[in-house]
Amino acid sequence: MSHGSLSLAGRKPLLQRLKRDITTNWQIYIMLIPAVIAIIMFAYVPMYGVQMAFKDFKPIKGIWGSEWVGFAHFQRFFKGHQFRNLLENTLYLSVFGIIAGFPAPIILALMINQIRAERFKKVLQTVTYMPHFISTVVMVGMIIVFFTPSTGLFGHLGRALGVTNPPNLLASKTAFRPLYIATNIWQHMGWDSIIYLAALSAVDMALYEAAVIDGASRFQCIVHIDIPCILPTVVILLILSAGRVMNVSFDKVFLMQNDLNLPVSETIATYVYKIGLKKSQYSYSAAVNLFNTIVSFVLVLMVNTVSKRLGETSLW
Amino acid sequence: MKKKVAESVFSRRTKGDVVFEAFIYTLCVLILLIIAYPIYFIIIASVSSPSEVASGHVWLWPSMPTVIGYEAVFEYERIWIGYRNTILYTITGSLTHLLVTIPAAYALSRPNLMLKRPVMILFTITMFFSGGLVPTYIAMKNYGILDSLWVVILPGCFSVYHAIIGRTFFQSTIPQELLDAAAIDGCSDFKRFIRIVLPLSKAIIAVIALYVAVGIWNDYFYAMIYLSSPERISLQVVLREILIMNSTNDFTMSDIAALRKQELIKYCIIIVSTLPMMIFYPFLQKYFTKGVMIGSIKG
Repeated sequence: MSHGSLSLAGRKPLLQRLKRDITTNWQIYIMLIPAVIAIIMFAYVPMYGVQMAFKDFKPIKGIWGSEWVGFAHFQRFFKGHQFRNLLENTLYLSVFGIIAGFPAPIILALMINQIRAERFKKVLQTVTYMPHFISTVVMVGMIIVFFTPSTGLFGHLGRALGVTNPPNLLASKTAFRPLYIATNIWQHMGWDSIIYLAALSAVDMALYEAAVIDGASRFQCIVHIDIPCILPTVVILLILSAGRVMNVSFDKVFLMQNDLNLPVSETIATYVYKIGLKKSQYSYSAAVNLFNTIVSFVLVLMVNTVSKRLGETSLW
Repeated sequence: MKKKVAESVFSRRTKGDVVFEAFIYTLCVLILLIIAYPIYFIIIASVSSPSEVASGHVWLWPSMPTVIGYEAVFEYERIWIGYRNTILYTITGSLTHLLVTIPAAYALSRPNLMLKRPVMILFTITMFFSGGLVPTYIAMKNYGILDSLWVVILPGCFSVYHAIIGRTFFQSTIPQELLDAAAIDGCSDFKRFIRIVLPLSKAIIAVIALYVAVGIWNDYFYAMIYLSSPERISLQVVLREILIMNSTNDFTMSDIAALRKQELIKYCIIIVSTLPMMIFYPFLQKYFTKGVMIGSIKG
């Protein structure tokens, strides 16, 4: 009898079950409501607005009332002289940023892990983490005060070392990318090392003991124990950053821009901002933005498939 | 215990190990200097005479100490308007974020919720797609919240990422038996959340609050595009004007001395704006690092 009623309960129509679920868990659902409203208002409504990329959006007519123009904005973007340049600049910054910046926190973590003097280790960690909390505006402000050749620290250092006329790296096309990437490493290397340090702290001590008994040197311990142990973390983080190559942060690039470095510093994100909000070409800007979002998403998908093929380190 | 083992393992060092260790220590000291020196330099430059800084005589300690830079900063009203606004934005923004995100995270951590999966899908999609800059801006405009406190608080009041971190935390640290026991004693879901879950989750709440607070404090992009009235300006936007665009229209500059003073003011303002962070940071470091660890757990 009880068995029968149980299976019957399982077969109740969906709506009825849902009603029951909501009446028993209504307090839980209330906790969820503000978040759902926020997501709809601030994520889905703008997503609905993305259709303006295929329209000739006029603020007076509204998103719904504006005329459809199909892929016209996309065609304009792909055929425009800016397209190649923007794509190149964006990819340069992110790809070289990864090549130069990705290994830095790993090396730092491996080194910090070797330090046995607790006090020094703590100071090193505190100091290297600190720049992460400097705001982008202040960071770029620091770059400007340090690299202004006449008055900045960098110029004085150059003159102290015998360079009579230190170059103005701020106004240089060739220096923009190295400067951007190097200062990024300076700011985030320490913070990014935390996750590797966590992985290293999980390494089984018995491995070191066995290795030392077998006559392994400290360096051999790093190569044969530490690195293999953090490899899964490395792979996941590398995958994640590969999925983000189209998303160079707007803030720092925009703040470091000036007329002289613009040919190498105009990225998709800064372009979207300028044509969209400064020049009010809403639909065109939305189209460029949408292109970027789609490429990013495809990249994440690809990267995830690759990582699945490689083994169990999949993102979801 | 683990530390002791490490000591014993590494107490036997060969000659090569000693050399290797010396190499690592040297490199670490070098890194320490490269990161600490620029920060230290800003501190000493901010209290040095502007001409000394400009001519490169300041290296290790302040030269001809003076506080004229700080005096000028204190007299510059826009900075304090920005400061006041940013404090307001940071406090209200973080509180709203916690108020919306933490309950949602708890709800998502409950088993057997029929609508959990659809809601989760609704949330996850937003991690990969967004309307982008212009459609989002237009939406804010249509809501009529541009250039108000609401535009600072509301769009960022919920983070899917933080909700997932919170959910993982609740699932892994709060024993279901405890909640079941409370339910048998007649505790409602609200009561359980407030009386049991929140007191046990101080760590995760602190972590999320800190991340959001730092984010709002340091944000300049949204403050720049959404807030236009001068009385709502945020600190970072003022900083940009002074540090990057050199537009300190309150300071009249005619000669080199004034120009140098302007440089000095830059050092001072970097210190003044970063000070709160630098004061709190050493005490809060463990929470921040904890945040990285929790964030790395797969959701």
